[in-house]
Amino acid sequence: MKTTQLASLAVAGLAASVVVGVGAQTIKPTQAEIVMKASFKDRGQAKVDRLSQDETQRLCSQYPQKLPKEIGKKIESLNMKSMKYPTDGNLLGDWKEGEKIAQSGVGKQFSDNPANPSGGNCYACHQLTKEEISYGNIGPSLYNYGKLRGNSEAIQKYTYGKIYNADAYSACTNMPRFGHSGILTEQQIKHVTALLLDPNSPVNK
Amino acid sequence: MQHSKWLLAVAMVAASLTGTVVPSMSSAQTNSGEATVKEIEKYRQALGDGNPAELWEARGEEMWKQKRGPKNASFEQCDIGLGPGKVKGAYAVLPKYFADTDKVEDLESRLVTCMVMLQGIRYDAARKNPFGSPEQKSDIEALVAYVTAESRGMKMNIGGNHPKEKEAYAIGKAMFFHRGGPHDFGCVTCHGADNQRIRLQDLPNLTKKEQAQRAYTSWPAYRVSQGEVRTFQWRLFDCFRQQRFPELEFTSQGSIALTTYLAKNANGGVLSAPSIKR
Repeated sequence: MKTTQLASLAVAGLAASVVVGVGAQTIKPTQAEIVMKASFKDRGQAKVDRLSQDETQRLCSQYPQKLPKEIGKKIESLNMKSMKYPTDGNLLGDWKEGEKIAQSGVGKQFSDNPANPSGGNCYACHQLTKEEISYGNIGPSLYNYGKLRGNSEAIQKYTYGKIYNADAYSACTNMPRFGHSGILTEQQIKHVTALLLDPNSPVNK
Repeated sequence: MQHSKWLLAVAMVAASLTGTVVPSMSSAQTNSGEATVKEIEKYRQALGDGNPAELWEARGEEMWKQKRGPKNASFEQCDIGLGPGKVKGAYAVLPKYFADTDKVEDLESRLVTCMVMLQGIRYDAARKNPFGSPEQKSDIEALVAYVTAESRGMKMNIGGNHPKEKEAYAIGKAMFFHRGGPHDFGCVTCHGADNQRIRLQDLPNLTKKEQAQRAYTSWPAYRVSQGEVRTFQWRLFDCFRQQRFPELEFTSQGSIALTTYLAKNANGGVLSAPSIKR
């Protein structure tokens, strides 16, 4: 059967596939991928092709602990190349809309309706405001983000870009590439940028 | 009876949580993380006093002894790791390699194997309803509750020297570090570093022995939010959903490989399941 064939392929690949520097029992993700692809099935919007990795995902999986400097540089420039800024030149939206996006964790799961817009789920990993006490700590606190950095054009561009594709600045970050991967729209990223930079936003109070 | 007493306890703890923890957190921002963790720990302990998983354990024990399927056989000759019919302590050696199927199997897949081989139930029928609901209770969840309860208090003692066990471990490890999907997430995103939280939920670092032990040995668990006992297969299934991955197939080779990797990381831990969780 299909599964058995794939499984024996995986076994055959094992012996020759020890990755240097990650530990003797580690095999290349490509070998495990064969077993993985046979172990998942399409459900709703989440198809099995989501297991296939682009260059960034492949390299970041290969070096989970110590990312060699030159590979980090390569990943950052690769992601910087595909950076897209809004054509109208305006990077700031409405911080109140940004707050809603920061709170919402829906989107892209097989249990989500793909017709609804995704959230950014910023609070899952970041502190943003004094008011919201239920926040995670996988990312740094962004409280007073704009107050500390100002609202210059350069800061606006950096902030929008970081949300659009965080790997362009920090290779293999845990942060999703919200614009690059089509999680948030251009307009939504403008709103979140405003949440971080608008002097009236609770982030900067 | 016992159930209603337990519900009252939950309501009281929930009331004390919302009444005391939340205001004290907003007034003392700096210590809020630690205080919250302590309160949640107290909440868990209070919940542990009466665990509805007992109802699943009792149903599973009955099912274990019942003659079922076209071959009219019970599970009493089922080998889940320590030989036919031996239940006590068996969960502590899983996943392991079984010669009769020439595969590494976890508890759930081994129960399916026994249903097929001993009871003559069709493979698809045996795997049909792994995650139950109030309308349609799952046989697997009841059987898992019974079998795991029979290893409560025992030390995990899984092997891992068979070539197929080594292979499963290596595949599971690669799966753990595999980042993909629209969010670039892998297991490692949430479970590869110490002291991480999503919102207020603590995340164990599953690459470290002590934390892996604490997490692994608490599954399966009665989930208060779902009103069901959930198995380790369910835990992985729902992690991948949140990871924005497709559906992990119940008892698939990959699911058993990842379980093998996590179990090996937790080896030596003392099993405390079925436990109770939010």
